[in-house]
This record gives sequence, structure tokens and C-alpha cells, in this order.
Amino acid sequence: LSRDSLDEDTWEEVEDTLLTADVGVGPTQELVERLRTRVRVLGTRSPEQVRDLLREELLALVAPELDRTLATTRHPDGRPAVVLVVGVNGTGKTTTVGKLARVLVSEEKDVVLGAADTFRAAAAEQLTTWGERVGVPTVRGPEGADPASVAYDALEQGTQLEADVVLVDTAGRLQNKVGLMDELGKVKRVLERKGPVDEVLLVLDATTGQNGLIQARVFSEVVAVTGIVLTKLDGTAKGGIVVAVQRELGVPVKLVGLGEGPDDLAPFEPAAFVDALVE
Amino acid sequence: MFTTLQDRLAATFKGLRGKGRLSEADIEATTREIRTALLEADVALPVVREFIAAVRERARGAEVSQALNPVQQIIKIVNEELIGILGGETRRLRFAKTPPTVILLAGLQGAGKTTLAGKLALWLKGQGHQPLLVAADLQRPNAVNQLQVVGERAGVVVFAPEPGNGVGDPVAVARAAMAYARDKQHDVVVVDTAGRLGIDAELMQQAADIRDAVSPDEILYVVDAMVGQDAVTTAQAFLDGVGFSGVVLTKLDGDARGGAALSVAKVTGRQVMFASNGEGLGDFDAFHPDRMASRILGM
Ligand SMILES: Nc1nc2c(ncn2[C@@H]2O[C@H](COP(=O)(O)OP(=O)(O)OP(=O)(O)O)[C@@H](O)[C@H]2O)c(=O)[nH]1
Ligand SMILES: Nc1nc2c(ncn2[C@@H]2O[C@H](COP(=O)(O)OP(=O)(O)OP(=O)(O)O)[C@@H](O)[C@H]2O)c(=O)[nH]1
Ligand SMILES: [K+]
Ligand SMILES: [Mg+2]
Ligand SMILES: [Mg+2]
Repeated sequence: LSRDSLDEDTWEEVEDTLLTADVGVGPTQELVERLRTRVRVLGTRSPEQVRDLLREELLALVAPELDRTLATTRHPDGRPAVVLVVGVNGTGKTTTVGKLARVLVSEEKDVVLGAADTFRAAAAEQLTTWGERVGVPTVRGPEGADPASVAYDALEQGTQLEADVVLVDTAGRLQNKVGLMDELGKVKRVLERKGPVDEVLLVLDATTGQNGLIQARVFSEVVAVTGIVLTKLDGTAKGGIVVAVQRELGVPVKLVGLGEGPDDLAPFEPAAFVDALVE
Repeated sequence: MFTTLQDRLAATFKGLRGKGRLSEADIEATTREIRTALLEADVALPVVREFIAAVRERARGAEVSQALNPVQQIIKIVNEELIGILGGETRRLRFAKTPPTVILLAGLQGAGKTTLAGKLALWLKGQGHQPLLVAADLQRPNAVNQLQVVGERAGVVVFAPEPGNGVGDPVAVARAAMAYARDKQHDVVVVDTAGRLGIDAELMQQAADIRDAVSPDEILYVVDAMVGQDAVTTAQAFLDGVGFSGVVLTKLDGDARGGAALSVAKVTGRQVMFASNGEGLGDFDAFHPDRMASRILGM
């Protein structure tokens, strides 16, 4: 956005900015149309002003007013809050569980981890290492065990230990695998025997393109996602797919992953996200 | 989920049939539809631009034949251009004249490198080789254990002298692996490395140091088929930082269109050699450019 008059090049630059951030063709065209209208109405002249308007429109789409807090308070009946972490393969679920445990521990909460990924090689070991790193116990079952029963065990042990929060890590699964999605639905239902699951966090990798929207749709249908964690934002990808995700599903991004270390998890800040997107 | 290119073009060409040549307006409308289809398939914007320019050129010159309707004709052109970029014939793995052949895996975090190491090992073993897997990701929690489990499942030896989880030097491990492989007569060495970002200069240097320690015959860049517009930036960063000779596309069992295949192949000039399509060690195949072209176009 460096031109000094609003020629077609300027509009093309706006469009390119959005497309290369993975915002998607549909949302990009809508945004540009809305901007063009506003520019006509307001009589805006400079690319600078257009950039501000773009930021404004994007921010509205990302809905800064949404509640992004995590429900992690123990229930009056003594039941721990339950956070279920889901997503496709390799997005950063296990790492996010570890980092989130760290955040909760720093808030003086007692946390128990549940290793309901009984499928991937050394997944339970990986989660246990995270638990040791941040000083919380990990409940696990034998390799190949039923993930729902491991999740249930974690909740039971969390209740016995009077934990505030039980964080349940699940195996990565592609949303088009019906059997695996059914299995995930079962994990949630089994946890719900004790009461509602407080948070279902869908972990989306910021490098993901348009498939991210399909992921969000399908996971929402199966386990009613309450929040998105946008990981790997420390890389060059912008994570623009979450604009469409929020627009279509109204599920807020709650947290962002900014690295592989235990402290690399931060609250989602709409303004900062939008600034990075139009940069 | 998305409209296929076929449907898009059919709508554009409603009522148009059997003209001698496509008009400029027809070509304009056509290329707009192709552009949208490619972007929705996550093909990177600069690659889309070049691609469109090439298709436009060919469409201008094309005589609309009697046998094919204009839609079929355009699709044929698009398909041929796609397959051209994706590499035509699949290239085979290059084996060293004097063993061991060394294959180094590199890519972003979570792309599927460690799983691929197991797949390659099983596949190589099936062809009568004695592969050795090398645990040179000493960073990501329990990456070493993961490779050990995967190696066990594949029934191959895993060289893992360091526990990982932050302990040990991956360059030293890689170097030691070469001596071990020669000593134990392994004829192929597959080196698993930690995931790293394109902009992480320090880790990219580490990857280059591992490369220099093992002098690989192949460096395979492992990329997730779900990747979006960042594909070109990151592939270029790996090409500059460590270099690679081939590409492996993973998670093709999903429903992503996989435009990254086109982006990476076009920008780096490196062929996609293998397709990874599942979590099981057998879910691995040679890459088929024609299938990929159809997939990108949603056909
Ligand atoms: N740079 C960066 N890397 C991350 C981030 N979050 C996770 N990772 C890395 O991404 C890779 C995959 O992370 P995992 O936590 O194992 O992902 P997962 O979703 O649990 O993977 P599966 O269980 O195999 O589906 C690891 O190398 C992590 O260190 C992040 O925010 N930034
Ligand atoms: N569905 C599917 N999952 C895959 C495929 N390849 C790998 N995975 C899964 O993707 C996740 C990440 O795979 P890894 O092999 O651990 O990836 P990596 O590149 O070694 O990850 P880091 O070492 O953390 O950088 C795991 O859950 C794998 O099971 C594939 O082709 N299809
Ligand atoms: K970023
Ligand atoms: Mg995991
Ligand atoms: Mg790995």
C-alpha cells in the first residue's frame, strides 16, 4: 500500500495483501468491495487512509468484542474444569497443552494432563515430558488403549487430586476420517458423564490454507469447538484463515502459539493480529 | 466444498460452443475462473499469476477444435500446464555409487518428517536395502522415542546415541551415524531432523551443518498438503538455507486440494517425489503429477 493515488494498483495491492495472508478469495473480494464503497462514500484519497479502513474492517471481522477468556475454574461440586484439545495432525496440540498447563500453574491452579492420544508413536511420552517440564502430573494408558477411557481416567484422577483443571490431549486426526471423528465425539461424551466439558480448543496451524475453514466446520459439528488456538504464528505465515473461521462459525481465537518453548503461548490480540496481517 | 473448475468454466461458457477461436473476452472470463480455482486450492499468488499468463498465451493460440467443447479445451490446456510444472515423469531416488546412500529430511514443525522416516525405512527394506534411521532431532520432546518406535514398527535399526529433549548435538550424532552405518554395512541412511521455521537462522544453520556432516545424496523437503500461501516463502527459505533435491507432500489422505505441490515445484524447480497419505508406515506412494493436477482442480 505505498501508492499515492487510489488507482487500480492500490486496490490490487490490498487484494494481494489479503490473499497472501490466506484470508481466502471470497472474504477478500467482500472486503475489497466494502472498502471500495466506503472510499467512495468517504471520499478517501490516500492509500494510508485505505490501509486504516482495511484495518478497521478486518478488526470488525475478527470481532474484538468476543469473550476470549478460558473457562478454567473448578466447579462448585468439586469437579475440575475440563479442557479438550483437538485438531488435525501436527498442528501443535500436545505443545499447546504443555504451554497452557504452564500458564495455569502460574495462576496457582492445580492441573492434571490426560494423554488421550494413545495412537501416535511416543505421544504419551511427549505429553509426560511436558507435564514434568511444567510440574504437573500426566495420566496415561497403555499404547493403543481406548482414548475415551484414558480421558475419563484423567478426569477421575483430577477429581481425586482436587485439581482445578484437567487438560485432555487428543490424537491428531484429519476431519474427513469419519471413524476418527466418531472416536473424538466419544471422548467428549464420556467426559460429559461427569458434567459439561468447559472448553473445546481447536488447534489450527497458522500455515494452513483454505482447508482450515473445513477443519473448523467439521470439528465444530463433532465436538462443538469453543475456541481456536492459532499456533506457529512465530513463522512467516499470517494465519488469515481464522478471519473466515470467525466470520462463519463465530468461534473466537483465544490463544496464539509463538514458539516451541513453555512460555510461547499468548492471548489472542485482535489488533496485533490485524496489524501483522496487513503489514 | 468448492466449485470445480469444470463447473466454473461451464457457467462462464454457457451457450458458447464451436467458435473458431476464443475471443479476448472469453479468455479474460476463463482466466478469472482459473485464478479463483487455483487460489481456493491454495496455490500461491505469484505462482497463480505466472500460471495464468502461460494459460492465457496458449488459449490465445488455440484453435477451438470441433471434437472438444471450449470448456474441455481449456481444461486440457490447464491440465497440461499443471502437469508440466508438477514434473511429468516421477523422478526416482538417487542412490550413491558407493554406499551408504544418505537421505536427509527437512521441513517445518509437524510436517511429517519422522513419520516419513519410518515409511522410507519400510519401503527401502522391502526393496532389499538395510536402512539405518538416525535420530538427529534432539530438540522436540520425545522425538527420539518417536523415531525409535517408528523404527521398531518398520523393523529397522535406529541410531540414537543421545536422549534428546535438549540433550546432545545433532551434528555430532549425524557424523557418528555415518561411521556407524559404514561399520555395520547399512547401505541407506535416513536422517530425521527437528522441525524448524524458514526464518530461524540459527536452526537453519544447524540444518546446513548436519548436511555438511553427512553429504546427503538426497535432501527431501517435507511439506504438509494443507499449507496455504506461506508455501513459497518457506520453501524458498529451506532452499536457500539447507537446499533440497526433492519434495515430499504429506497428509494427502486429507481433503485439502494441495496447491502447495504446485507452489513449491514451481518456485524451487524441485520435483515432488513422494506422496504420504496416512499415519501408517505403508501409507506412502510415488507422486503422480496427473492425479495431483486433477486434485488441485477438484476433478
Ligand atoms: N514454531 C512453532 N512451533 C510449534 C508451535 N507449537 C507447536 N510447535 C511445534 O510443532 C510440532 C508439532 O507439535 P505437537 O504439539 O507435537 O503437535 P500435535 O498437534 O500434538 O501433533 P500430533 O499429536 O502428532 O497430531 C512440534 O515440533 C512443536 O514443537 C508454535 O507455536 N510455534
Ligand atoms: N493423516 C496423516 N497424518 C500424517 C501423515 N504424515 C504424518 N502424519 C501425522 O502428522 C503428525 C506429525 O508427524 P511427524 O512425523 O511427527 O512430523 P514431524 O515433521 O516429524 O514433526 P516435528 O518433528 O515436530 O517437526 C503425526 O500425528 C503423524 O502421525 C500423513 O501422510 N497423513
Ligand atoms: K507470522
Ligand atoms: Mg500430539
Ligand atoms: Mg519429527
